[in-house]
Amino acid sequence: MVHVTRGFTGRHPATDDRLPPGQYLTDDFPVLSAGPTPAIRRDEWTFSVRDGDQALRSWTWDEFTALPAEDITVDIHCVTRWSRLDTTWRGVAIDDLLADVDTAAEYVLARSYGGYTTNLPLEDLLDGKAWIAYEHDGDDLPAEHGGPARLLVPHLYLWKSAKWIKSLDLVDDDDPGFWESLGYHDYGDPWREQRYQGD
Amino acid sequence: MTGSRAETATAHTLSLRVDEWSGHLPGQHVDVRLTAPDGYQAVRSYSLAAPADDCVIEITVQRLPGGEVSAFLTDIAMIGDELEVRGPLGNWFVWDQDDPSPVLLVAGGSGVVPLMSMIRARDEADIQTPFHLIHSVRTPQDRIYGDELTRLAAQAGGPSVTWLYTRTAPPTETRPPGRLRQNDLDDGSSRTSGATPTCFICGPTGFVEEAANHLLAAGHHADRIRTERFGGR
Repeated sequence: MVHVTRGFTGRHPATDDRLPPGQYLTDDFPVLSAGPTPAIRRDEWTFSVRDGDQALRSWTWDEFTALPAEDITVDIHCVTRWSRLDTTWRGVAIDDLLADVDTAAEYVLARSYGGYTTNLPLEDLLDGKAWIAYEHDGDDLPAEHGGPARLLVPHLYLWKSAKWIKSLDLVDDDDPGFWESLGYHDYGDPWREQRYQGD
Repeated sequence: MTGSRAETATAHTLSLRVDEWSGHLPGQHVDVRLTAPDGYQAVRSYSLAAPADDCVIEITVQRLPGGEVSAFLTDIAMIGDELEVRGPLGNWFVWDQDDPSPVLLVAGGSGVVPLMSMIRARDEADIQTPFHLIHSVRTPQDRIYGDELTRLAAQAGGPSVTWLYTRTAPPTETRPPGRLRQNDLDDGSSRTSGATPTCFICGPTGFVEEAANHLLAAGHHADRIRTERFGGR
């Protein structure tokens, strides 16, 4: 039931039919994370695709940035209700990273430097829907936004786009990641407002 | 809404009676939803400022320039009004009162609100866990909960409290006004010496980034530092 708030008329900020329910547009790029920003040097950075404890593929920074990259323009939506339209990134499509991987796993646990994790269905990372991004807005990805590289899954709330990405673990079971085990929704579709468990 | 009081020129504490509130943890927040007659809605998150008093909860709202929701809550909302509240939310930026580790709290501006909830919970439960609060404010007039914090700090076993002033300091203050510095936090660390403190930092993003980096440089471990950055508006 909708309850009209006495005296509230609202500012009705500019909207767009690309804005999911409950979101507002911003030109800022707010930073939200659970702890200090990890500082990861590129010469120490590696990224792996893993199956259980085993690394199937692994790249150093030089190897990773030598892979064919794509320029990406997408809208992004944070569960804290801000959205940005037409953000630009450069990175490697997950399709390319998993091209030679033969797996029966249906889920992925993204793991980050600093210990952050988030869980996703594997199919949500495929068919041009997700990337490992290392540039934003034409520049190197700043550490506070997940640099050197982050997962980018723009069709889900941004906490799924794990910053400081370290590995994608192919897993059979959909175990909750960091925020998911702290009350956030398992899937996180902005268009269905899947913010918290039970939404 | 059962109460509204000014904390500073721009911050108000609202008391809200919520049916069937089952309590919350210090540091958690709520979402407040406002609805205009034409159906337009706006939702913002606000930290809970104190332990619940039965079914009455408190939030402290800092009025932001042009703030669509904050300006309504501080200037227009009146006792008796009905607001929609969802929560409690957030299970990460919370203090576990069974954890005996000392606690270092670092707040920028209205970032003190969830930290005050921890201080009040500690006081209410009569727990002696060492607490030290460092609160960065622009001027003495911007000290949200200033009188209560001064009173609590004066009590035996109370938290210790340090205010840092960025623009104007009181005449008795020896530290020149300015942004958070490394040695501001070194001092705070020494007050909770003897065990590794759990650190909670809350405030604007830039402040939290600086404070977290200072704490790391002072030897605190990343996994003992929890942060809450005011992301949106």
